[in-house]
Amino acid sequence: MRHNTYSRGLPGLALATVVMLCAALTLAFFYAPLDANQGFLQKIFYIHVPLAIIALCGFVFGAVMAIMYLRTGDRKWDMRSYVAIHMALIFGIAGLISGSIWAKASWGHWWVWQEPTLVSYLIVLLLFATYQPLRFSIEDPERQSLYASVFAIVAGAFVPLNFIAVRLATEYVHPRVLNLEGGNLPGPMKLTFYVALIGFALLYVTLWKFEMSAKHARAQVRRLRRTLLGDDAGRPYGRSAAPL
Amino acid sequence: MSLLFAITPALPLGEAGKYVAAAYIVVFVVILVYVGIMAMRAQRTQRELEELRRDVEAVKAARAELDHDPDDGSDQTGAGRSERSEQIA
Repeated sequence: MRHNTYSRGLPGLALATVVMLCAALTLAFFYAPLDANQGFLQKIFYIHVPLAIIALCGFVFGAVMAIMYLRTGDRKWDMRSYVAIHMALIFGIAGLISGSIWAKASWGHWWVWQEPTLVSYLIVLLLFATYQPLRFSIEDPERQSLYASVFAIVAGAFVPLNFIAVRLATEYVHPRVLNLEGGNLPGPMKLTFYVALIGFALLYVTLWKFEMSAKHARAQVRRLRRTLLGDDAGRPYGRSAAPL
Repeated sequence: MSLLFAITPALPLGEAGKYVAAAYIVVFVVILVYVGIMAMRAQRTQRELEELRRDVEAVKAARAELDHDPDDGSDQTGAGRSERSEQIA
C-alpha cells in the first residue's frame, strides 16, 4: 500500500493555523485601532478580504494543477485541481456572505450591482460553481478529467484578467486599501491584516491537505477491495463528480 | 482572559456589533459545516476499512481451513478454494 503523503505534517499545520487565526482575531479586536469612518464595522475587513484573496488564489492554484494534469496525464494532479477549486469555492462563498453583510451595514444594501468589484467577483464564483456540475455530467473518468482540466485552466486565466479589468475601472465605491506601494492602511491595521491573511492561507492549505488525505485513503480502500474481492466490489455506488 | 479585557479598550458593540458578529459567525459556521461533512466522510471510510479487514480475515480463515482439510484431494482443492472465495466475496 502506498503511504498517504498528504497527511504528513497535517497536525503541525493545523496547530499553526489555529495559532495564526487566534492571533489574527486577538489583533483585530484588541490591537488594531477603530477606523475613522466605519468604526467597529471595519473589523469585517480582517476576514472578508483575506477570504476573497485566498479564494481567488485557490482558483488559480486549481488551474495550475490542471495544467500539470494535462502535461503529465497523472490522475493525482486532477484530484489536486478538483480539491483546490472545491476549497476555493467554500472560501469564496464565505467571503461573499461576509462582504454582503458588510455592504448592508455600510452602504445600506446587501448587494450593489453598479460596483464592478462585487459583480466581477460574483461572475468568477458562478463560473467556478459550474465546475462540479460539469464533472458530474461526464460519466467517463478520463473525459471528465480532461474536460474539467481545460475548464479549470480557462476559468483560472479569467481570474487575473478580471482583476486587472476591475482595477482599470474608474467608477467604484469599493475601497482600495492595498496596492503595490503598500496601500494606505495604518501600521497596526496592516499587521493585523497580514496575520489574518497568513492565517486564512494556512487554513486553506490545511483543509486542502485534509481533504486530499481523506480522498487518498478512500481510493486506497476501494483499490484494496477491488484487489481482494474482484473488480465489481471496488466500483463506486453511482456517478461521481470527484476524480475516482 | 480577564487581564486581556482589562488592558484593552471596551468594544463599541452597538448597531455595528450585530453585523460584525454575524459576519464572523457566518464564516465560522461555513468552515464548521465543511469540517463536519469531512468528518462524516472520514467515519465512512473508517467503516469501509473495518469491513475490508473483516473480509480479509474471513478469506484467511477460509484458506487456512481448506489447507488443513485432509479429506480434500489435490484435484478438488483448487475448485473448493475458488468456490469458497466466491461465497465470501
